[in-house]
Amino acid sequence: MTNKTEMFKVKLKRIIRTGFFNFWRNGTVSLASVLVMTVTLLVVGSLSFFNAILDTSLAELQNKIDINVTFVTTAEEADILNIKHSLESLPEVLLVTYTSREEALEAFKVRHASDQSILAALEELGENPLGATLNIKARDPSQYGSVAEFLEGDDTLSSGSVSIIDRINYFQNKTAIDRLTKIINSADTLGLALSAFLIIVSVLIAFNTIRLTIYIVREEISVMRLVGASTSYIQGPFIILGIIYGLTAAVVTLLAFLIITYCLGSIMGSFLPSFNLFSYYLRNFLEIAFIIIVSGTLVGTVSSLLAIRKYLKI
Amino acid sequence: MIVFDRVSKVYPDSSVALEEITLSIEPKEFVSIVGPSGAGKTTLLKLFLAEEHPTEGTVFYESVNIHSLDKKAINDFRRKVGMVFQDFRLLPNKTVYENIAFTMEAAGRTDEEIETDVPHVLELVDLSPKIWNFPRELSGGEKQRVAIARALVNEPDIIIADEPTGNLDPANTYDVVQILKKINDLGRTVILTTHNKGIIDSLHKRVVAMDRGKIVRDDKVGKYDE
Repeated sequence: MTNKTEMFKVKLKRIIRTGFFNFWRNGTVSLASVLVMTVTLLVVGSLSFFNAILDTSLAELQNKIDINVTFVTTAEEADILNIKHSLESLPEVLLVTYTSREEALEAFKVRHASDQSILAALEELGENPLGATLNIKARDPSQYGSVAEFLEGDDTLSSGSVSIIDRINYFQNKTAIDRLTKIINSADTLGLALSAFLIIVSVLIAFNTIRLTIYIVREEISVMRLVGASTSYIQGPFIILGIIYGLTAAVVTLLAFLIITYCLGSIMGSFLPSFNLFSYYLRNFLEIAFIIIVSGTLVGTVSSLLAIRKYLKI
Repeated sequence: MIVFDRVSKVYPDSSVALEEITLSIEPKEFVSIVGPSGAGKTTLLKLFLAEEHPTEGTVFYESVNIHSLDKKAINDFRRKVGMVFQDFRLLPNKTVYENIAFTMEAAGRTDEEIETDVPHVLELVDLSPKIWNFPRELSGGEKQRVAIARALVNEPDIIIADEPTGNLDPANTYDVVQILKKINDLGRTVILTTHNKGIIDSLHKRVVAMDRGKIVRDDKVGKYDE
């Protein structure tokens, strides 16, 4: 038994040593394989960044969706604040902001400070024509529908038989909100499909490259067979070689991402201020490194294993 | 003892490589197999090494049907046979030492055995100074001597040399034949295939002549042609 374990250890040592020798001595072939694997891993890693950017942009877009409820000018402030409270108690609602008639007027004046004719028309009217508003943000864009329905159906909204709500812009913006919800959902699905497609294509390319490197040495494999080497003894060094390709490519990829994200981080800041690619990379380094190293090793090992089988039939 | 019992080999394209070959080779014999290209010499050797399967008939080694062995047993069997090829078939990315050590490693020999046996066998073929060279740095004759050292190092029962002198000049051819003779004198079976008339005529050993898949002559002490 000890003899057997001893022999196994010796065999493993020889296999690993041969794997390293083959990597080193076939320098050009190794370089080419590592480069192709690096491209594969860059694709895998980029998809993770792409998803993060997509998620952040979608979250920003979602933040921009809201409902404005404009009240009639005669509505009592107390009634409006009541509605605000009942809205805030809804689980779908994230935030409700109250803007009084006076604040609305101020904001209007500031907005049109350069337009004398509008200001003159406002002066002509004599009184404040603007109603108070409630700005509602939901937790999810799909929930605006139910918030709007709540506002429609609630009795507290009316004083007497006349509704104090002048208009709810949800119904005016409904099409836009629905479309955006749809886009967000399909962007997620599309992103997933695209990721799967790119990963499959790049894995196939890496697989073919490794297959070629083994094709080059097929004569040697038959010689090894004819001197009586066992399958595991022939296969072993090639699997080690695959693992070395994968690991080297993973390290190169992780370093390349460090430079790429650093450069892109400052460029992207101008159109996606809330997201910094470089700090995202550093924050999620362990997770990304794990994915890339595991993918690299797996692709290298499985490719070697599949490619060599053909030449072991003798 | 090696026995080919009415062995035929027909390839999928219906070309007949061997037809009803019956041949037995005793232990410690030196047998030369001669014949033109396409006579079936190499196919015969491939069948013996279980590289190919016969269409009909059986190949025995020490009363065991070689083609009934499983993968592991075939590997064990191949380690009892040393192969020398016309094109040397050395592993180009391994040094002379590693090429020979590889065969020993494959046979499960220890590091200590490898360290003592490899230099020793290289001494036998007179190549000690080239121990750390790669095959590309050797001449044809030197490569063939490495191949012979590799075939010898596991102390096989049988040495098969398939046209070993085909790529060599007369001086190297002579050396290789002398080494093979020496191996035979040390008690190993040697099977040699060749085109070289001079070699056969000088050997004074058994000659099996083949043509178009058949044995046409089998002489105890033969010549290339009658």
